[in-house]
This record gives sequence, structure tokens and C-alpha cells, in this order.
Amino acid sequence: MSIFAEKKSPVIALSGVGKSFVLHNQGGAVIPVMEGAALEVLPGECVALTGASGAGKSTLMRMIYGNYRANQGHILVGGVDVARAEPREIIRLRREGLGYVSQFLRVVPRVPTLDVVAEPLLALGVAEDRARARAAALLARLNIPERLWSLSPTTFSGGEQQRVNIARGFAHEYPALLLDEPTASLDPVNRAVVLELIEAAKARGTAIVGIFHDAEARDRVCDRAVDVAAFTPQVAA
Amino acid sequence: MTPLLQVRDVAKMYGARIGCTGVSFDLYPGEVMGIVGESGSGKSTLLNCLAGHLKPDAGQVIFDTRVDGPVDTVTMSEPARRMLGRTDWAFVHQHARDGLRMNVSAGGNIGERLMAVGARHYGDIRARAVDWLDRVEISETRVDDRPSAFSGGMQQRLQIARNLVTDPRLVFMDEPTGGLDVSVQARLLDLLRGLVRQMGLSALIVTHDLAVVRLLADRLMVMKDGHVVETGLTDQVLDDPQHAYTQLLVSSVLQV
Repeated sequence: MSIFAEKKSPVIALSGVGKSFVLHNQGGAVIPVMEGAALEVLPGECVALTGASGAGKSTLMRMIYGNYRANQGHILVGGVDVARAEPREIIRLRREGLGYVSQFLRVVPRVPTLDVVAEPLLALGVAEDRARARAAALLARLNIPERLWSLSPTTFSGGEQQRVNIARGFAHEYPALLLDEPTASLDPVNRAVVLELIEAAKARGTAIVGIFHDAEARDRVCDRAVDVAAFTPQVAA
Repeated sequence: MTPLLQVRDVAKMYGARIGCTGVSFDLYPGEVMGIVGESGSGKSTLLNCLAGHLKPDAGQVIFDTRVDGPVDTVTMSEPARRMLGRTDWAFVHQHARDGLRMNVSAGGNIGERLMAVGARHYGDIRARAVDWLDRVEISETRVDDRPSAFSGGMQQRLQIARNLVTDPRLVFMDEPTGGLDVSVQARLLDLLRGLVRQMGLSALIVTHDLAVVRLLADRLMVMKDGHVVETGLTDQVLDDPQHAYTQLLVSSVLQV
């Protein structure tokens, strides 16, 4: 890491983050899943979350996005503490500052693909023609044939849906970005495009947290890895 | 920023039975909040108390009016509350026929609300009615037809046009997609999302359909037996429910 980078303050900063699930309808079972999680991501840095399946990579990522509620600690993203913020503050953060490419595309049925991809820009008040032009450029870059743009992505193949999801996640240039398996189920050509998009985002200063089972992709775009097994609670006997 | 609506300890009793009680929240401009719960949870009672259709037994419902700023709508005069109902508030009923005049043309249904706020020029009223029919994807050629000749989905879209023509700031919706078949429902959801974004509307949506709130609402309030048991970001409440009842509700949804 260069001295220049060390002068910057982190875009994403987690400290002392803990979480338990309480299953009220299964005898009130308490399942501690995370303890003392800490993480800092600087502008232009990409950090990989690693660890065995079930270690809590997705849970941690969902907590950063505010999708899961953290029970302890602080999750600062662009100055907003996601662990404590009001819903409207998190909504604003998600609209302007924090993107998330999940593994699943969740959209209103029957909305054309072009509009699905343009929606994050429209939500920011970008003019419709500009938002659609940006969406079209991303879809073309990700090799989604133009004849599909006017159709809803709900009927697309897994790989096509994944690419639509990525186009949507990259439509707005968020300062912070969460990527859950962005290269899964992609062919080599599209995988290369996604890696280029990630590298371009880093170059303009986006702080990225990613989960990559694809080790080669991880090595190429990630600056370092954090093993979430370190945050697994020590279960008392 | 001033909340558009501040609800403080609202309660409504039906004799000894609780309709809803101890409900407090703030709704900010541009926010869409879903209110979910099973039948009898008090969600419709609450909506009707907030929209001035029912008088709550206790509490305050403070609306940030354009002219006078925040005013308690529970204690305001009946004419003033009715005026809000025709201007800054809109109410979309589950059954379109409760919100439409079935023996008046589609254009008339939209124009009536404009005339209630003082519009008099026939040409202007008709032009705005046609414009709104277009925005809710109803052909101009149907402007003189009565809603009784419309399909259920068209009736619901007409009800939305009638409600939004006066540029309200707060829309109350009671099961807006209930009773529509799924393809019609999807189109209505897309239309509502677009209108909320373009007009910067705030909305309160009562529904028992968790898929609908996931797509429409920023925030969620879960009710049981007249009480609010959980509130939060919509996706957080649905994906990481904290309260026993919410966990039961979410786990009871059939997967498609």
C-alpha cells in the first residue's frame, strides 16, 4: 500500500461488530454468528472476504448494507453508522453512496431490462435519456443482446440475469460497493468484462468489499483478503 | 427536514376491543412506508385514523400543511380536513368502486376532483383528465366511458389517476393490489413506483402481501393485535425479522 493511500480515510470502517440470530419460533434458540468483526476499506481499495462456506461472509456483507441488523459495534459507510442509522438515512446512503450486487436479481415483473438497469440513476434524478444511454452502454458491454433490452429479465438465463444485476450495480458510480460473487456463472469473456468494470471502479476511488470463490479473479482485483473465520464467536461448552 | 406526517400515540377502541393503540412514527417527504399484519391486526383501522376517516380516541396526527405548517388533523375543523382530503391527501381504496363514481365517465371521475379544488375551464379539465389517463396507461378513446365498462386493473388505475390529479403529497393506500390477478398487479406496482419517484410522493400502504411491500415500500411497520411489534427498513424486517410474530409472518410466505 502506498503512502498516498495511507493518508486517505476509510470509506467503510467496521469495529466490534457482533450479531446473533434469535429464533423465537424454535424455542427462542440464540445463534451467535459474529463477534468483534473489524474491517477498514480505503478509497480505491478492494478487500476480499474469505472463509469457509457458512463462516459468515454473506452475513457480514449484508450487515454492511443494512440488510441484516448488527447487534453490536459500528458500521461506518461514508460517515453513516449503518448499525444505528434511521431507515431513511440508510435509504439515502444506498441511493447515493453504497451499491450492492447480490447473487440474485429482484425486480418488478414485466419491467424492461433497460429500465431495470437505469433505475438507480432515475432514483438519483438523472434525466431519462441519459440514464437509459448509460444503461444501454453497460448492457452492450456485458454482451446482453439489444433485442432483449425491452424484455423483463425475469425470463433470462442465470448468467444473463447475473450480468443485468451487475449492469444495474455499476450504473451509478457509488463511492462504496459490495460484490457478492460477481463472476459466478459467467463465461470467460463476460468474466473479463466484469473484472475490468471492477478495476475501473477502483481506479476512480471506489472502496469495494467482495466475496469471490473464483480465486483467480480475487487475486487479480483484490488488494488483500480478510478471513471472516476470525470473527466467528467462540462457543462456550 | 420536517416530517410530512408525525403520528403520536394514536389509539382507537371499538368498545372494549383494541382497534390500534400506542402507534407513533414520523414519515418524511418522499418516503413510502408499508403497514403489514394479518386480518384484524388493526392496520386498516390505523390507516383510516390517519386519513381522517375515523376519529382516533387518543393521539395526534400532525400533517405539515403547505400554508400553515404542521397542524394536528385530529383536532382541525371538519371542512379543513375535507379540504386536505381533496388536495394534499389521496386515498386509494382496495375496491376501485369505493373510490370511483361508477355512473360518471372516466374523464368526469378525474375532472370532479379538479373541480372540487376550483377548476372551472372545461377544456383545461378535459385536457388534464386525458393527460392523466395516458399516465396510467388508459387510452384517450376511453375518456367518455364509465368505469363500470373497465376491467378491474383499469378501474384501479383510474382510481389512482383521480387521486393524483391534484398533485397530493401523501397517498394512503389500502391493499391497492388486492383482488387483481398477478400480471395486472405487476403492471400496477411498476406504475405506482414510477409515479412515487416522479412526483416525490410520500405514501402509506396497508397490505398483507409481503412481496408488494418489498417492491414498493422503503420502510415497514408490522402490526399484531392493534400494536406495532416491529419497524425498520423493509428488506431488513423481511430478511432479518427480530420479533417472534414477524418471524412467523415471514416464514409463513409460500415460495413460488
